[in-house]
Order: sequence, then structure tokens, then C-alpha cells
Amino acid sequence: MFKKVLIANRGEIAVRVIRACHELGITAVAVYSDVDRASLHVLKADEAHRIGAAAASESYLNIEKIVDVAERSGADAIHPGYGFRSENAKFARACSEAGVKFIGPTAAAMELMGSKTRARQQMEKAGIPFVPGTSRGLESFEQAEQVAKEIDYPIMLKAAAGGGGKGMRLVRSRDELRTALESAKSEAQRSFGDSEVYIEKAIVSPRHIEMQVLADEHGNTVYLGERECSIQRRHQKVMEEAPSPIVDAAMRRRMGEVAIRVAKAAGYTNAGTVEFLVDRDRNFYFLEMNTRLQVEHPVTELVTGLDLVHLQIRIAAGDRLRFAQEEVNIRGHAIECRIYAEDPDNNYFPSPGKITLLLTPDGPGIRCDSGIYEGWTVPIDYDPLLAKLIGYGTDRDQAISRLVRGLDEYLVGGIKTNIPLFRRILSDQDFQAANLDTGYLDRLLRTNRVSRGDQAADVAAIAAGIFAALDSAQPMRNGIAHESPAAGPRAASTWKRASRIEALRQ
Amino acid sequence: MIYDVSIEGTNYRLELEPTTTGWDCRLNGRTIQVNAAIIRPGVMSLLIENKSHEVKREIVAAEFHLWVGNQRYSAELRDPRSLRNRRDGTGTAEGSSKLTAPMPGKVVRLLVNEKDQVEAGQGVVVVEAMKMQNEIKSPKKGIVQKLAAAEGASVNAGDVLAIVE
Repeated sequence: MFKKVLIANRGEIAVRVIRACHELGITAVAVYSDVDRASLHVLKADEAHRIGAAAASESYLNIEKIVDVAERSGADAIHPGYGFRSENAKFARACSEAGVKFIGPTAAAMELMGSKTRARQQMEKAGIPFVPGTSRGLESFEQAEQVAKEIDYPIMLKAAAGGGGKGMRLVRSRDELRTALESAKSEAQRSFGDSEVYIEKAIVSPRHIEMQVLADEHGNTVYLGERECSIQRRHQKVMEEAPSPIVDAAMRRRMGEVAIRVAKAAGYTNAGTVEFLVDRDRNFYFLEMNTRLQVEHPVTELVTGLDLVHLQIRIAAGDRLRFAQEEVNIRGHAIECRIYAEDPDNNYFPSPGKITLLLTPDGPGIRCDSGIYEGWTVPIDYDPLLAKLIGYGTDRDQAISRLVRGLDEYLVGGIKTNIPLFRRILSDQDFQAANLDTGYLDRLLRTNRVSRGDQAADVAAIAAGIFAALDSAQPMRNGIAHESPAAGPRAASTWKRASRIEALRQ
Repeated sequence: MIYDVSIEGTNYRLELEPTTTGWDCRLNGRTIQVNAAIIRPGVMSLLIENKSHEVKREIVAAEFHLWVGNQRYSAELRDPRSLRNRRDGTGTAEGSSKLTAPMPGKVVRLLVNEKDQVEAGQGVVVVEAMKMQNEIKSPKKGIVQKLAAAEGASVNAGDVLAIVE
């Protein structure tokens, strides 16, 4: 087993991996940028090293700096988390060249899966079911036009090097093709440094369901059940659950077996996720493989009872899987909410800033994987994911009711979060009936919000007064009450107000 | 103690007197028995005629909000003895609109030039924060009188980016 692991990430996932290291008796090494000196992952780690300026390219994306810290600190292995360089084959290769084990698949498997077009060619050979489309990048507008005509609109343009919805465009008709192709290419170039774009038939109202796989370095591969990830905004997942409400045991076995075929065809090791699009008739098509730990891994952990990060570390250390496929059981139901620093009343704009008050839920069936604390300022430089709140129950209804209760206990004050969005989703009839597809959330957001009751306005009015009365009963902070003896009556009332605001601010 | 409290724009007259067991409270003339305990700064347990409420206070810049359970209420508090504290309805000058940054970030692109005509809803400035680019749109049809932000500049929430008249 490793003695020391470097975590090449920040935020909640860095904290998650540090905890796993401690549980396994491993020393955890954090890296941080200038704006993350006071971040939670630095506090929780056993060692922490500054790697550069706030810009990710100067710090968390900088392979040389990270590998250098690993060597200097004597780390045996690097856990990349998700995002940043977690799916970058060059990073995996740089690690192995430095004699540091990369906790993830091999660089070759990442390279294969990292190029969507190459992955597609390889998977077609392995007989994996695909959405109709090209397995090569488009060379010209004319070629795009031709392919689109053959497979028929609507079509989807996708960046070959893509992920996270970047470089992706839905094209409903020929008229939209030219503009969409240009913008997809330029976005792909900007985001990934590679403008290659390919075409796929767009499946109308698809579900997005993914299968977790785990492969050791001795040829054993298992699947750990699916996650339903259909609740998305701008092609980004917002909420995930396991198991999927539409997948039964037979379908799970079929999807799982395909996922294992995908992993084996790629020579895959460690934890990975095979994503599928599922149409209305429950046909599933291979979409892509994510060669990292997913944000939503906790829902799988809760329904399988396994710890995926422990398993990732053990596999990377050369251990064999200690269980067989037949021993993997799905028990209960888990749903995850991604808590983002964004303002639901202002078109989900990012809302960084200082967290002035933080109340965190707990109790039965609640798990909160968080990277924040009260008094911390959320920096503007990175992804706005603050934490993940996961509800677990014996069945889906219980998981929902626990999550609703947990959200009611949760308060992140001082900044805006999307917590109200989850209340809205969880109380929606279509969600409760599991009528989901990837367009679900956009449709929900177009409907008018149910106007809320003002029953508690009286309570708020009384509380406002008592807070103020208790504040003024305490000595004023910063000695404001003793200042400006020469101030006249007009100035006096202004300062009184200022001091009250100051006291309220505390 | 007397307070004029405004909750979501509705005004209340609140009179409070501490007692040995809690507070004598008159809300718009109605007498209510209230017992309050501060659980931690910003969090109050309020028992109103034995009904239990968890009230949380959130202060952001000059605004102040109260959460009762999961409902958020904007609140304002005034001392009625002070005329100065009455709102005098300061608004922006007729006909001109300021576009402000909704969050801290970086100006990545200017989509118009000064003196350009813009339509309501037309993008004026692109601000990037947390990996997301956000187009700040003109709230009205008019002429861009001033572009206050330069490409590459860092801005704070509330900073004026442009003025449309």
C-alpha cells in the first residue's frame, strides 16, 4: 500500500480523497494556488504545497509543478480527482515517468477514450451499440451537410476532444448547420485546443444513464450498477440518482455487460464510467467513457456499500478486487444534489463571495460531501461546485423525503446557491413519477414558479425586531457608539442607523 | 422598543418589551407572547405561543434577509422616531440605465462601442467568472453613453459596466 498520496485537486473532491487516505493510513499531500491558501483541503491535509497563482493554468492544470511537488514530497502516488488534469494522458504519463503511480487508468486507455472519434472506431470494432453518426472528424461544411442529410435531422455536433457540454450543438435543420458548426469548432478550439468536431444523430428526449465499472490490474472487471443523470442544464449534470427508476435487473445486466466490454476493449484499469443515451424504448447507445472518478460517485457508494476512492487506491497499489460480480448488490436508493454557488433568481449566474453563515444537514440517510466552511470566501477562479448533498433511503420515495428534509436544514448564507432549485425539482410531480429526460430541467425552468406563501412573514417581522433589540443590548462593536460627540441631531440619526446596520452585520 | 419593520415590502409596527420569561410583543397592535433564544450568531430559536421557528439572519452588503424555515424574506428595519430613516425613493435618473456586474469576475469582451444604438435585451459586455461566460444585456433600447469597463479588467459585484440612455 502507498505511504503518501498527493491530491492534484481542490474543493470537495480533494477533501473527499484526503479523508479516504486518512482512513487507509496514508499521508495526504495537498497542493494549492494563491487564492486557496485558506481552503478546506489545505486544512485537512497532512502536508500542503503552494503551486502557483490563482489561474488554473498556473496551478492545478500545471503538470510540471504538480509532478515536481510529488517528487519533492516523496509521494508514491497521485490522485487526480475529477476535472483539471484528471483525464489528461500526458499527466498520467508524466507521473509514471517520474516514478509516481497515477491513480487511474493507463495513459494509453485515457488517450483512446479521450478522443471521442478514436474511441468510437475502437468500440465499433468491439460491437458496442452506437448512436448513428460519423466516427471521424468533419473535414468541411459540405461533408457535414452530406452526413447530416444521410442520418437525418435533428443532429448533434460534438467536439472530438470534448466533455462537459463544451463544443456541443443541437442542429434541428440545415439552416442552422453552418453557424452551429462554426461556433462548435471555435468553442472546441478555445476549450480543448482542438477544433475537431463530429456528427451524431440527436435522440429525441433521451435519458442519460451511466454505468460504473471497476477494473483491477489483474484482468478482473466488474460493474457497480447505473446512475440516472438525466437532470441537466446546459449539458451539465445537476442531480443524479442510483439506481435509475427505469432500469430493471435484466437491463442492468445487459448494460453492465456492455460496459465491461467497453472497458476491456480499451484495456481499462481502475474506476471508470461508461455513459449511455437511452431512448424511449429503453434502447441504450454508448456515448463515451469517462476515465476518472465521477462527481456523482457517492450515489453508487450508498447503494452498493462500497467506497470507490478506497478501491481506486487499492487497485492502483496492485491489489486484486476482493469481490466478484455476483456479490455486488444494489440496495436502497440514493439521490445527489450538486450545490453550486449560483443565483437561481439571476439566470444561474455564478455567485462567489464570503460564506457568512453555514448550517449543514445531518441525521438519517444524509451525506454531505463539502469543500466549504463558514467564513470562507468562494473564489471566482474555479468551478462553482461547493458541496454535494446526498439523500439515501430504502426506496426512492424515502430518499426524496430525506433529501427534502436535509435541504430544509441546509443554509449557505452570504452567497446565493441553487438549493431552492432542488426543492422545486423534488416537489415536482414529473420528478416524483420519474418522468425524466435530458430536457426535463429546461422545461421545468420555463414553467412559472409556484408563488410561495407569506405565512411566516409575521414570524420574520418579530425576529427582525428581536435580533435588533438583542444587538443593541450588547456593547457596540468597534466603539461606534462612543464616537463623534460633536455630531448634530441630523448626523446623530444617521450614525444611529449606521451603527444599527453595523450591529446587524456582526 | 418600537420598530417599523418591512418584510418583502409589507410594513409592520413592532413594539417589544423584555420580560422575565421572554418578550411582550405587539405586532400591528396585536399582543403576542414570544420567547427567543440565540442558538449561535445569526440563528434564533423563536417560540411564538409555543410554536417553534428556526430563524436565520443573512446579511449581504447593505441588504438583510431572514430565513424562516426554508423561506427567505427580505427585511428592513427603521426607527420610527427618526424621519431621516424614511426612504426618500432615490431612483436612477429618468431615461438612463446602468448595467452593473452581477458578480465579481473579469470582463472578457465588449460587444458594442460607445454611441452605438442597442436594443432591449442586446448583449453589451461579457463577464467571466467561475468558468462561465455571462452576457450582460441592455435592459432597454437606447444609446450606449459610456462603456466603463475595459476588456481584461477585473470587476466586483455592483460595478457599473456601461450606461445606456
